[in-house]
Amino acid sequence: MNYNADEKGYYGEFGGAFIPEMLYPNVEELRQNYLKLMYEDSFQKEFNQLLKDYVGRPSPLYFAKRLSEKHGCKIYLKREDLNHTGAHKVNNTIGQILMAQRLGKTRIIAETGAGQHGVATATVCALMGMECIVYMGEIDIARQAPNVARMKMLGAEVRPAKSGSRTLKDATNEAIRDWINNPVDTHYIIGSAIGPHPYPDMVTRFQSVISEEIKWQLKEHEGRENPDYVVACIGGGSNAAGTYYHFLDEPEVGIIAVEAAGKGVNSGESAATSALGKVGIIHGCKTMLMQTTDGQITEPYSISAGLDYPGVGPMHSHLFKSGRAEFYSATDDEAMAAGLELSQLEGIIPAIETGHAFAIFEHKKFKKDDVVVISLSGRGDKDLNTYIDYFKLA
Amino acid sequence: MSNRITTKLQEDKKLLSIYFTAGYPALNDTVQIIQDLEKNGVDMIEIGLPFSDPLADGPTIQESSTAALKNGMTTEILFNQLKNIRKTVSIPLIIMGYFNPMLQYGVEAFCKKCQEIGIDGLILPDLPLDVYQEDYEAIFKKYELINVFLITPQTSDIRIRQIDDASNGFIYMVSSASVTGSKSGFGQEQENYFERIAAMNLKNPQIVGFGIKDEETFQQATKTAKGAIIGSAFIKHLTAKGTNSVAEFVKTIR
Ligand SMILES: Cc1ncc(COP(=O)(O)O)c(C=O)c1O
Repeated sequence: MNYNADEKGYYGEFGGAFIPEMLYPNVEELRQNYLKLMYEDSFQKEFNQLLKDYVGRPSPLYFAKRLSEKHGCKIYLKREDLNHTGAHKVNNTIGQILMAQRLGKTRIIAETGAGQHGVATATVCALMGMECIVYMGEIDIARQAPNVARMKMLGAEVRPAKSGSRTLKDATNEAIRDWINNPVDTHYIIGSAIGPHPYPDMVTRFQSVISEEIKWQLKEHEGRENPDYVVACIGGGSNAAGTYYHFLDEPEVGIIAVEAAGKGVNSGESAATSALGKVGIIHGCKTMLMQTTDGQITEPYSISAGLDYPGVGPMHSHLFKSGRAEFYSATDDEAMAAGLELSQLEGIIPAIETGHAFAIFEHKKFKKDDVVVISLSGRGDKDLNTYIDYFKLA
Repeated sequence: MSNRITTKLQEDKKLLSIYFTAGYPALNDTVQIIQDLEKNGVDMIEIGLPFSDPLADGPTIQESSTAALKNGMTTEILFNQLKNIRKTVSIPLIIMGYFNPMLQYGVEAFCKKCQEIGIDGLILPDLPLDVYQEDYEAIFKKYELINVFLITPQTSDIRIRQIDDASNGFIYMVSSASVTGSKSGFGQEQENYFERIAAMNLKNPQIVGFGIKDEETFQQATKTAKGAIIGSAFIKHLTAKGTNSVAEFVKTIR
């Protein structure tokens, strides 16, 4: 089975480009050029140089000794939290800003949930001297205040999305409307492996550096390139796509996805798309989607702004449907507890999104010799206020 | 294929088409609004099936859609409201909505229902040309529905020709690079665009939409095009003046 996008951007039955005609010229321009541009020598050279010197790659693959003892398997952490700006998001924004430059665009827009993608976009815009506008749901502006301040300090304009659930989905709607209104000079840097083709595939390729590094790093540690499992949290699915990419066609590698169950999968306040969703169309692609029987998109809930999204990228819908990946979901409480455990066993405070991946041990028992690589997608600095309130730390 | 849209397009006049969101201001206003629009000389109606995430729409239609959904509007309820509409209304009726609600209803079931009711066409901004042609054109044709495609000032001539070939009613000409309801008047740029399209001598007539709000913009848009569609301005009027003010609105246009 093929787990990557075909020429039209389909992963099995999922993907495609369901966009209004207003977006067609921009999306088509990108579709025709993205592969050619990103594999040009000059692009690759600049991309890799920036990942090395500016982002600080390769990010370490760290053997988590105490966590391994606790959970009875061999756990490695892929330290995307150590990237400049504190999460995996920057791998994609570096790639897309180089793409935007080559397409002659001068104005950048983005959506953000947790603010990590917004910060990573504002950062590369500062680096390249480009105008930057970030759409963010009003609710997320309130719960991710440090990232809002960072974006402003980096020179970006943060525009609140005030419609619907006032979270990531609505910020994405506003960004798409901006792109419709500014069809000539603007590039939209989507922050996850979602959206119309070619976005899911392009974002996945930029993030695939994660699994490319895991392979040679694990070889150094364990003498083999393939772990028994790779684990990642899924909002739209970009850190997961990057973590899985080079293992998709390696059947001995188990692929594990952890979604946000919010207050419980059946509580009515959840973002566990694979459990609650049906095939539908959101933000230009056909994918698993939380919706009413009437086809209205429902409002998700998660304590973590970055996972508070009613869909998943089309690659993940296909991994779920085909059975290639195992899907689990972790509640707010499980994710917070896992974040606290990681902090106290390994001295690493993760983003709450990332905490969901670490809650896998509540749901799955691994064997003693299993090598389990977890995507430590981001650090928890932005979430301190939520941690303080939740654990009554102040 | 002869349907009410093609017949209407042959009339020797500029067409005024009005969009409104079904279920707004109140859930059961739909039929009354349609009847009043016809009574006051409107040529064609786009009935908006509300969607939670209307990407191509500005704040006015977003808000009317949210309100309609809060009022309880669903695809099934809309079809029920329209079930006897052809007993009283004879102008062309088009359903305009996003693709996901139609997909969930079942594309074929949706089209079948449209034909039973006497709906003449569909406008689905996020159903792209290639997907339509590969997967759905046969179904639309079976139920004698005209599918209306959009073009914008950025659409290339080659693509406009493709869309013209695929169309069998009219082409929805989006006036400017924008979501609905956001332009204030037309300038030189629009005039050039209108003239460029007119000079292409397309097989299908064009009806201009987005940013038409009064007599002046209606006149400008229909100088070269066959007609114009008013949406946000009509909804704003309904919000301010209520559902009994349809006649008053139409008089301000022509
Ligand atoms: C640290 C971190 N991890 C994960 C995510 C979820 O996004 P994705 O599923 O695209 O990796 C986010 C999103 O904001 C994030 O900030």
